[in-house]
Amino acid sequence: MYIPHTDSEREAMLKTIGVEKVEDLFDDVPAGHRFPELNLPSGISEMEAAQEFGAIASANENTRDLVSFLGAGAYNHYVPAAVDSILRRGEFYTAYTPYQPELSQGTLQAIFEYQSLVAALTGMDVSNASHYDGATAVAEAVNMAYAHFRGKRTRVVLSPALHPQYRQTVRTYVSGSPISITGDENGQDPLSEGPRSLIPLIDTNTAIVVVQYPDFFGRIYDYTDLSEAAHQAGALLAVSANPIALGLLTPPGEFGADIVTGEGQPLGIPLSFGGPYLGMFATKKEYVRKMAGRLVGETVDNRGQRAYVLTLTAREQHIRREKATSNICTNQGLMALAATVYMSLLGKNGLRQLAELNYQKAHYAASQIASLPGFSIGSDELFFNEFAVRCPIPASEVNEHLLEHGILGGYDLGIDYGPKYENYLLVAVTEMNAREEIDLLVSVLEEITLAERHTEVTHG
Amino acid sequence: MGEPQLCDISVKGRQGIRFPAADVPESPLPESFIRKELALPELSELDVVRHFTRLSQLNYSIDTGYYPLGSCTMKYNPRINEETARLSGFANIHPLQPVETVQGALALMYQLQEWLKEIAGFAGITLQPAAGAHGEFTGVLIIRAYHQSRGDTQRTKILIPDSAHGTNPATSAMIGMQVVQIKSDARGNVDLEALKAECDETLAGLMLTNPNTLGLFDENVEEITRMVHEAGGLVYGDGANLNALLGIVRPGDLGFDVLHFNLHKTFSTPHGGGGPGSGPVGVAAHLVDFLPAPVVDIIEEGDDETPPLYGFATPAKSVGRVKSFHGHFGMMVRALTYMMINGAEGMRRIAEHAVLNANYLMALVKDTYHLPYDRVCMHEFVVEGNWPDVAEVHALDIAKRLMDYRFHPPTNYFPLIVHEALMIEPTETENKDTLDAFADALLKIAEEARQDPELLKSAPHITPIGRADEVKAAKELVLCCGVGVVEEN
Repeated sequence: MYIPHTDSEREAMLKTIGVEKVEDLFDDVPAGHRFPELNLPSGISEMEAAQEFGAIASANENTRDLVSFLGAGAYNHYVPAAVDSILRRGEFYTAYTPYQPELSQGTLQAIFEYQSLVAALTGMDVSNASHYDGATAVAEAVNMAYAHFRGKRTRVVLSPALHPQYRQTVRTYVSGSPISITGDENGQDPLSEGPRSLIPLIDTNTAIVVVQYPDFFGRIYDYTDLSEAAHQAGALLAVSANPIALGLLTPPGEFGADIVTGEGQPLGIPLSFGGPYLGMFATKKEYVRKMAGRLVGETVDNRGQRAYVLTLTAREQHIRREKATSNICTNQGLMALAATVYMSLLGKNGLRQLAELNYQKAHYAASQIASLPGFSIGSDELFFNEFAVRCPIPASEVNEHLLEHGILGGYDLGIDYGPKYENYLLVAVTEMNAREEIDLLVSVLEEITLAERHTEVTHG
Repeated sequence: MGEPQLCDISVKGRQGIRFPAADVPESPLPESFIRKELALPELSELDVVRHFTRLSQLNYSIDTGYYPLGSCTMKYNPRINEETARLSGFANIHPLQPVETVQGALALMYQLQEWLKEIAGFAGITLQPAAGAHGEFTGVLIIRAYHQSRGDTQRTKILIPDSAHGTNPATSAMIGMQVVQIKSDARGNVDLEALKAECDETLAGLMLTNPNTLGLFDENVEEITRMVHEAGGLVYGDGANLNALLGIVRPGDLGFDVLHFNLHKTFSTPHGGGGPGSGPVGVAAHLVDFLPAPVVDIIEEGDDETPPLYGFATPAKSVGRVKSFHGHFGMMVRALTYMMINGAEGMRRIAEHAVLNANYLMALVKDTYHLPYDRVCMHEFVVEGNWPDVAEVHALDIAKRLMDYRFHPPTNYFPLIVHEALMIEPTETENKDTLDAFADALLKIAEEARQDPELLKSAPHITPIGRADEVKAAKELVLCCGVGVVEEN
């Protein structure tokens, strides 16, 4: 068990302390509330726990048993065996935050490598050691922009094609501040609009414009014009990017992004029902001191060796307290390590190959679905590994039908975008979907078409 | 000398993993969007595995040694947790799956909420916050929303004792609250007079860590929560030190309105070299409606034959969402595994042994290291790492010298109210032999300080690197491989 004390050791320790029994150590606790009877079950053995959790886990239908086309911010990718093998090293996962560099060079160098890879991938100068997830990374970008303009610019433009949960998180983060959010008001028709519709919203009171790349609907846009408009007004541009897509696509740094954030989950992190994931955050060098979050720098030690330390800590809460840039005091340590190992394994060519594979499979799926009567692709824009499908019946019903055939359908866009989008399904295709799976999806969708036609014939 | 950087060992043409060839007809690539360059390293699988294995060996970790880090609760991370979290039914489920397909996961989250409620005496729980600081952020948002819902918009003042963690003032400031520091009294408790002076109609709340960062249980805690409540404020509990209270007392019973848990401290999920953590928040009945959305709830009651149907619910006056999806589910699996193995009686055993270990260690060292508040401590205690007769030796030197004895140093220079603080938390999973050896090292170092202070000042000597030049690191920023110094302007 986890507590090693024997009776005789306990006796000896109490004697050294000078009390008779352990209970005597709790005299400061109000007697009326001391030692409550907890209404909880008794402890069980490890063996029983293993069995019980096995049973709970098997009550879930997982993406290994089902055929999955669900994405919308979390993607079903292959995780190479070496990633988890490194993560399982106790020297990594049972280590503390690297405040003592002499005892943490492994963690520190790994974060340094992570920063290097993320900067290269996003086309930015610097990356921090990570935030909690893609949503909080966007919220931190908004905070950074607001602080950068010293609170003098209070307008934030959010693309309606930025992940709905990210937009909700930003709203929570800025609630109570003078910041007002525009761009993603209800009732819009984001599938028929592109980033150009955001340009008129940018003014000299705008601190930051936030878009997604590829956007929530999977679409790939060139944000150069938007970037120029933002910069002309003196505002910053933040781009929330899918890191796998960046294996193939022009990095946001090249079309003028000031901040690139992203959900790092696709980089070797299991779906795990939504977390823990990884919030990527990279920016230009001129903003490095304004960026929140942990940062590792290279230096030398007193023996003349290369060494790594946490740096610019004067921005952080344990030093600055109420004047800190953020209250954050962790990063997603182990998740950043997973992404680092993953990117190292794939490397330059592997990530490109993977991105192309995702692109090709998604385009095959889209062309097959588009050929079904009653179905169409929701947008004519270029897309990466995800696309909106307009269905002849509500997406929720399509999903129910697919699930009966062991298929985890796409994401029902009516959930976030209202009744106008209730027939739209967001479909993600990754390297995990073999052609047979795509064909199965298409044939089950076709059944819906046939059933619909049948209904029309009999009732029409 | 040192492990090379990835960019230095990259060789053009290597690749650590390959994917199958495309099994679908080729579509044309979006030529205008294709990136021209991707400067990622090129390595074989062995290159990668060897590199990261070598890096791991440069780390200190719980698995390789003892961490007496105050306020961090570096207890053993049970291996079974790692197994349960990786079960395919947990690791391979998508957060947006229909709830009917993830009843196991939702039941697990519901159960964890129930355990946390019972352990800490609260009426509602959110599992969404990603870390302790994120939980604090959520908790203070809830406090603000509560006052605003009552039209008490003038309540913007948050009181924070001078012994508090730095996250408390940083969090309050982040939410636009005004921070007022409250001093501690001679026994290390919150100074009641100072508290009383700030209890007015602008009071939003008090953020209290109890036991506090001196490891002391505030002797007036019920008086404190009563005073704050009478002034119309709420009491926020920083749960960093909850390990001392499991089965000993429930914060909710003492009058705390909100509290964040650290699953990575109290409930044995690994620290991971700085994350991921998990920071659920518990609230009293009057705050349940303000919890972040969504929370896990029973949507359809079950009966003898069918289990209940679990799903997500949005509290009536929710402060909103604080991150994407449902929180760090993988950490929740680990924490509940730990809780179920320990059970009700195990909770109390954890706290009792954590407190026993701390008091034992304190007894062994307090004649050598000055103890500013000489009281029975809870799960941790704070001594001074500096002596008047060898003033040139500092807490930092003692901390670094401990590394030569193969111990991780205690938290140092915190809390700020203790001169040259060394903050020591043994946790319940360390045995007597380890504590004896650690105390011996501290006593030996005290002797060395007198005999050969240079030995301490030049420490550590046996670690992979010596003391690093942190000034250079902050001045000449080198943040990426192969790029050189960041020129900021």
